Amino acid sequence: MIGNFSWTHLIYLAQSIWWTLLLSLIAFLLGSIGGFGIMLARISPRRWLRLPALLYIESIQGIPLLILLFIVYYGLSVYGFALPALVAAGLAMMVYTSAYLGDIWRGCVEAMPKPQWEAAECLSLTRWQTLRLVIIPQALRLSLPPTVGFLVQVIKMTSLASVIGFVELTRAGQIINNSIFQPFLIFSLVGAFYFALCYPLSRWSEAMENKLNVGNR
Amino acid sequence: MSFSLHFSDLLPYWPVFLEGAWLTLKMTGVAVVVGVSVGTLVAFAKRGRRKWLSKACSVYIDAVRNTPFLVQLFLLYFGLASLGIHMPTFAAAVLAMIINIAAYAAEIIRAGLEAVPRGQIEAAECLGLSRWRIGWHVMLQPSIEKVYPALTSQFLLMMQASAMASQISAEELTAIANTVQSDTFRSLETYIVVACLYLALSLLVKLLAWGLGEYFFRRRRAIRRAAAQAGRKQPGPAAADATVIGAGKRRTT
Repeated sequence: MIGNFSWTHLIYLAQSIWWTLLLSLIAFLLGSIGGFGIMLARISPRRWLRLPALLYIESIQGIPLLILLFIVYYGLSVYGFALPALVAAGLAMMVYTSAYLGDIWRGCVEAMPKPQWEAAECLSLTRWQTLRLVIIPQALRLSLPPTVGFLVQVIKMTSLASVIGFVELTRAGQIINNSIFQPFLIFSLVGAFYFALCYPLSRWSEAMENKLNVGNR
Repeated sequence: MSFSLHFSDLLPYWPVFLEGAWLTLKMTGVAVVVGVSVGTLVAFAKRGRRKWLSKACSVYIDAVRNTPFLVQLFLLYFGLASLGIHMPTFAAAVLAMIINIAAYAAEIIRAGLEAVPRGQIEAAECLGLSRWRIGWHVMLQPSIEKVYPALTSQFLLMMQASAMASQISAEELTAIANTVQSDTFRSLETYIVVACLYLALSLLVKLLAWGLGEYFFRRRRAIRRAAAQAGRKQPGPAAADATVIGAGKRRTT
């Protein structure tokens, strides 16, 4: 063995959690703004808005995040746009997240009963008012569990940013492993850290789902 | 700085790309078939009466679902190698995919099993069916029929996750893209081509899954036709359920 796992390494790993969390937060916030727009376009009565949104969702969902990352990071750098790893990762994950969130939220909005729309129309609310005052508050309740569940996925997906050299949890694990080569221990630890981040969220999402179902029954 | 795309440089590489795509498809195929079989067993074991077994199954499912695939891959390939178990890259990648998809499939199938009405199982017991036949005919088949859209989207996600196998240098589509782009210095074009190939692959998988679904679940078709003949449109609540389940399942990845 070249060296042993020490407290310094553990502290280094723990610190890199912040970068994972920061990247998740950026991806989730930007992605939810984008996803909201996609959702609006997807349920719009205008065909020329609906179709491109559908195309966007379908194509992004068909491409691995890794390839999106490569396109943004390596692809653009060839043409002189040398992006910092954090920006590139944030951008790629925003695109990816917005497609998935848009689709999840569309499902929730469309699950709202049709009479809700009709009733709002009878009150002569405009389309935007209907969405804002009637549909979205109800859809929000329905969309909360899958959205939190997706947040878990976003946290896990940030591990891919290690590929383009962004030092988050996985990358920190790789760096330590390169110096002391104890992959089993280190990657178990990295996995344990991810688990500690994701498991509470998963349980929360599950609990909300159960509560919601009881309410609906 | 000129911003023009040159795809012509990539033309000589098309057999390499196709081979990578084929390998990706093959890996996904093996992982899906074995993974779903294992997942089914895990789903039944989790519902089973043996406490320790069902506990072990939930630990496995939670552990896999709450850690990134990349870390699992590293743990399996580098970690086991340091413990003395050496695997070829492909075996490690496929094994990681199997372990991953089995956990997700188990959870999806379990949701389907939970949805089987208690009364149907009791009815089957009254008819004197054996436990195995109840498990197969009354519980498993209808629940797979119900959850197979969710399973399909899981397979698609798995196909995309296989891109990460390039990180342990298994020569699938993404790894090939990396070598091609370092050969030609046309990284943007290469990755756009590969993105299109992945899109084509996922369309293919979707088509395949749809075709298999139509073939295996003929009952669905019969129900649909009956509903159309009765003058109703598509069964409304069922369709709404499907979208909600789809949205719900997608998040669990």
